[in-house]
Amino acid sequence: MKREIPLIITSIAGIVFAVSYFIPHYPFGKAENIFGDWISIVSAFAIWLGMLNLGEVSLRKIIRKTEGWQLGVIVLVSMLVMLIIGFSSVFNAISSGTSHMAPGTGLKWMYDYTFSPLSATMFSMLAFFVASASYRAFRARSLEATLLLVTAFFVMVGRVPLLDPIVNALGITDFPFFSAVADWIMTYPNSAGQRAIMIGIALGITSSSLRIILGIERSHVGGDA
Amino acid sequence: MADASPIGIFIAGVLTLGIFSFLYKDNPVYKVCEAIFIGVSAAYWAVEYFYSALYKKFWLGVIPPEGSGADPDMWLWGGAILGVLMLCRMIPKINWLSRWPLAFIVGATAGLYMMTFFVSNAMNQIASTMQPLIQDTFLATLGSFTVAIGTVTGLIYFFFSKEHKGIFGGAAKVGIWFLMVTFGASFGYTVMSRMSLLIGRLDFLFSSWATNFGQMF
Repeated sequence: MKREIPLIITSIAGIVFAVSYFIPHYPFGKAENIFGDWISIVSAFAIWLGMLNLGEVSLRKIIRKTEGWQLGVIVLVSMLVMLIIGFSSVFNAISSGTSHMAPGTGLKWMYDYTFSPLSATMFSMLAFFVASASYRAFRARSLEATLLLVTAFFVMVGRVPLLDPIVNALGITDFPFFSAVADWIMTYPNSAGQRAIMIGIALGITSSSLRIILGIERSHVGGDA
Repeated sequence: MADASPIGIFIAGVLTLGIFSFLYKDNPVYKVCEAIFIGVSAAYWAVEYFYSALYKKFWLGVIPPEGSGADPDMWLWGGAILGVLMLCRMIPKINWLSRWPLAFIVGATAGLYMMTFFVSNAMNQIASTMQPLIQDTFLATLGSFTVAIGTVTGLIYFFFSKEHKGIFGGAAKVGIWFLMVTFGASFGYTVMSRMSLLIGRLDFLFSSWATNFGQMF
């Protein structure tokens, strides 16, 4: 029962979505709508499971006084502060009929001044790591590496208005050379490579999905593939 | 941020500098900011999903507001039951029950992606590739040949059921060149997007935060 029922659920859910693509009418269309709502609700519980698990791990760290337990306190406190402010905004929105993220709400304030700057800064740090990684990796040691280097160079300089005005001012060309090359690369060779990758991914996903729906692939229910 | 809060801007600037301090080396200030980010983002998404999925979709679906004229949708209880089973993951004795919602999500995603990916990423891409090779201008004709050759040779590279030798190996080699151009273009785009984020953060620090800092102290 621990493995058979999940396999049956997987097959039914997969078949409903696959068949409703071809027959978007009753009963498959209705079943697809119901299952679509269920996905949203289950996703919400999954997010809550993740947050509760994070809280549990942090709490265990604090109780056992393992290395870095002080950071666990900060995680828990920031999580609780956000939850309290967030829920007060949500319940205010429900009672007043406004949006929970309306300007002036606590949740919006927390989003603007903590969540948004922290996430933007975290991702902007990748600019430095990418630069340092490319310094080590971008050596034109082979034809393949040179192609990667040259393409990245043209795409980067073609997207900023820096080299084209200089080249034009020097009288080398009378049109935006670098942006024209970047556009050509993006339109033709890049499209060709993207298409090969996308077609490969689509065929891979189709075959993997069939294996899952037919119960051949069962690693998600704790069994061997 | 039209009605910007001075304290908020100050906190945002301190957190930004705290994260940037990692560029020097791993340090306690960065770790504190990282811990705040983890806690805040976990709780933010929990609140957001609570409002959009559990309240707006489930609660208002099961108990429609008076005067809306909508009938209660009892099917939504199925999703709620699966969701509660998902939380059983935290109770060791019955954590196997969490496989049921997981199985549902895996199956639904497989069924949905099997069709959508096949149509949009395989069929539509193949159709877009099958265009007339001879175009009005030389550059456009060169482009059409490039796309046709690049797509076919790229696919040959991904075909591992036959050893890459002889003509087949040569075509696979050309496929690698096209893939390298694609990776280079993706890399260039990623660098540019991260750079724009970095410029945004530096602009915030040197304009909003610095001005605010001067006014506060």
